[in-house]
Formats: sequence, structure tokens, C-alpha cells
Amino acid sequence: MNPTLPPSIPFQPVDYAAKGWHFDAVIAPDKVVEAAALLDAEGFALDTITGVDWMAEGKMEVIYDFFCLDKPLRVAVRTRIPRDNPEIATISAVFPGANWHERETHDFFGIRFIGHPDLTPFLLPEDADYHPLRKDFAA
Amino acid sequence: MTAPETIPTQTQRETFVLNLGPQHPATHGVLRVKMTMDGEYIVRAEPVCGYIHRMQEKMGENRTYAQFLPNTSRIDYLSAMTYTHAFVGAVERAARLAVPPRAEYIRVITSELNRISSHLVWFGAFLLDLGGFTPLLYAFDDREQILDLLEGITGSRLTYSYYRIGGLYNDVDDAFVKGTREFVARMRPRLKMYRALVTENIILRKRLIGIGPISAEMCRKYGATGPVIRGSGVAYDVRKIEPYSVYSEMDFIAPTFPEGDSMARYLVRMEEIAQSLRIIEQGLDKLPAGPVMAEKVPRVLKLPSGDYCYAVEAARGRFAVRIVSDGKEIPYRVKLRSPSLSNLSLFEEASRGMLLPDALALMGSLDLVIPDIDR
Repeated sequence: MNPTLPPSIPFQPVDYAAKGWHFDAVIAPDKVVEAAALLDAEGFALDTITGVDWMAEGKMEVIYDFFCLDKPLRVAVRTRIPRDNPEIATISAVFPGANWHERETHDFFGIRFIGHPDLTPFLLPEDADYHPLRKDFAA
Repeated sequence: MTAPETIPTQTQRETFVLNLGPQHPATHGVLRVKMTMDGEYIVRAEPVCGYIHRMQEKMGENRTYAQFLPNTSRIDYLSAMTYTHAFVGAVERAARLAVPPRAEYIRVITSELNRISSHLVWFGAFLLDLGGFTPLLYAFDDREQILDLLEGITGSRLTYSYYRIGGLYNDVDDAFVKGTREFVARMRPRLKMYRALVTENIILRKRLIGIGPISAEMCRKYGATGPVIRGSGVAYDVRKIEPYSVYSEMDFIAPTFPEGDSMARYLVRMEEIAQSLRIIEQGLDKLPAGPVMAEKVPRVLKLPSGDYCYAVEAARGRFAVRIVSDGKEIPYRVKLRSPSLSNLSLFEEASRGMLLPDALALMGSLDLVIPDIDR
């Protein structure tokens, strides 16, 4: 398998030496499952999924990292969702490995992954009702 | 051995729940696995994580880059060197700091020593899981030599925090170079002995060959890396695919075995020890003179806004740090992508229908470090 970038995802080249990955794309939140399926079909592997809380802008960013198994080709796909209602579709049906990464992101940021099989706390205590990586979280 | 077809996975027959851990010797740390059993066969094995969760990523958001550095030795405590390497690498990349070549060579030498000591712990503990006690004593004897060498230059035996942003805490001395050469000379015949005593042992082979097969496709879907994916025949190694530091100047191979069973993962790690010895030897031969710290590392370090990533090949696979900076002294976000989490995430699928003792062999062959999962 020799993965190439799916043309329908708006990838922009990134300076690897300065940043540490090769291509970056910002997509609409309703396109993440489609993007994951395209990258899966090309043979990319799932690296990780995480969030960033941009409180001042009222947004939550979700970052999906993928890597290629046989050549230096790392891509990041990112999207922003409203901070007051952070919901996005799960990609765990495409990449089963996304299950735990999404659960962790739900723990830390309170982002709800629609269609996820089990969003109970993963790393936090079983009765946790707080999201510690939100910028307004006070211990 | 996988379950015969008569064992239903969507069963209407009576099953029971077997709780493994969080305090169980086979999980080597506080991991719990909730197992739904049909007799001796696993219907579903669900890992329950978080017992040693410390919220490392939140700690990253309330201290400076230099203050977070000691944390990086305490995530996968057996890969302290490589984890610190990823963190300082990300900061150096963002701050555009040029690290002196001598420091990079010493980083590679000490990272590979760390990899060998990590694999030796896995080797001893894995065989302990399989019922062989003696190899652990041999492995810890070898590992002791490495810990003494690293203690001499870092002052620490496990949580080294040896690398600094821009270089190293201090230079290596002649005693370290001499001692490391002696260790390489000692370790090669020991590997031969391990092959004769353990690898060719019929009991070990019966416990591992064909047990817990993991396909390359499953590794890709779950993001499993390191010896797990190389034991499924994929030559994915960050040191080869995205060479960092001075790995591109080293002559070594990323060993792969195509079988995908627990034996293949065992053989990958044993061969990796030999490859690490080669890298260490080359590093010592080529070790340039010069300083070990970059000039002008700012005392107050503020990274330009944006995100920066740095990935390394740790003993358990791909470890990556993503730093998001908003231009201040304290990171806006620190994401730690740990290999053990991805490697364990395939366990539920891979263990379905297995016998319980075989599933424990599979779990041992994944070489889990629980604080690396829980962070």
C-alpha cells in the first residue's frame, strides 16, 4: 500500500522541520467521518485524537492525527465546534482505535462524540462530572 | 489456541464475570480487566483504565517548559530517556534551538541503553508470567550494569531527566565510555545464552507460537506501534521512517517478524537488543568533541504561538508530544500520545475467544506500562 492524500480533503503542506508533521487540513465538523474513511481507505493509521479549548473564542478544537506506515507522511485534520455545545460524530466505526481516544477527549474536555459506543469515564473516576482540561476548570 | 467454533461469542449460555486486577501480578501495575468468561474461554475482555491517572497533561498547563521536564521521566518510567527526548525535541523545534552534535550522539547512546534496560525488564517479567522464574534474575543482572552506567552520568537510576532543553544536564566521562564498551562486549554473549536457554526452550515455544495473533491491519486500525506492529511484519519504526536526532547516521535495521503471534513480538524485542548494541557501538565510535549545551538558551523560554510536534521511537512504540503555545511562558496545551494506550486498545478484539492463560501471554507480549496508559 502506498498512501496518497485524498484530494477532497483540503490539505496544506506544513514545514516538517519547523512543526513536526507534513500536511494539515481544517475541515467542517460534519466532514470528520468522511475524512477518516478516506484516510482509512488510503491506508493511514490512527495516531491520536485530542482537543484544545479556545475559551476566548468560544470554540473547542478537535485534532485528529494520522500517520503512514511506510513513508514519512504525517497528517493532522482539525475542526472547531461551539464550546457551549461541543458535539461531533464519532469516527470509532472507521477506526476502532478511536474509541479510547474519544473517550479520553470526552473525559478531559466534555466533547460528546455522537454515536460513540461508551462515553463513560475512561481515565477519570467513574463518578467524574468535571472536565479538567477546560480552561475554566478550577480544582 | 483459539476457541473452537462451537463456543458462541454472542452466547445465550451461562457466562460469568472474572475480575482481573487492578492488583494482579500479571498486569504489572494497576490495570483492571473485566472478563466475561464462558468456562476457560474469554467472551469479552474489557480493560478498565485510570487507576494510576495523574493528569500529566493538566500539569503541563500550569508550569513552564523546564518545570514540566521532570514529568516526562515519569510517564513510561522504563523509557525515561526517550520520553524526555520527545519533549525537549518539541520545545527545541519550536524555539529553533540547534543542539550540539555531541549532545545528540549522547542522547542516542543513552536512549538505546534505556531501550535495552526496558526490554530486559519486559523479558524478565514476561517469562515470570509464563512460569519461568530464573530468566528474571539473569535479566536484572544485565540491567543493573546499565543502571550503574546511567547513574554515573545522570545521578539517577530510573527517572533520569538527563536531557535539557538545548542539550544535556552534563557531559559523559571516560568511565562511562569505557563502561559502556564493556557492557556491549558483555551483552552479546549473554544474548546468545538467552537464545539457547530461553528462546529455544520448548515450553516457551509452546506457550507463544501461534498464540494471540495480531494482524498488520488490526495494528493500523488501532494505531499499535513498536514491537507489536513489527511483530506483525510491518517495518514501522520512527527512527527509520521519520529519523530524528542522529539516527539517520546509524547503521541498524528495524527487525520484523511476519507471524503476528506472541513469539514474533518476543523475537522482535530480543533482536532489537542486538540492534541497540550496534547503535551504541557506532555512537561511541563517532562521538564528536564539543559542548553538550546549545548557546543562548533563554532563561525565560517563550515559544512562538502555534503547535509543534515531535515523535520518537520509545521501547513500546511511537511516543509523540504535541505542544500548543500561545506565546507565553507556560504551554497552552501539552498532548502526550503514548504507545501503551494504543497497543492495549486492541486487546479486547485480539483476546476474543482465547483461553485465559493464553490471553495473559498475549497481554505480556504487548509489554504494557500502566502509567504510560493512564498518564
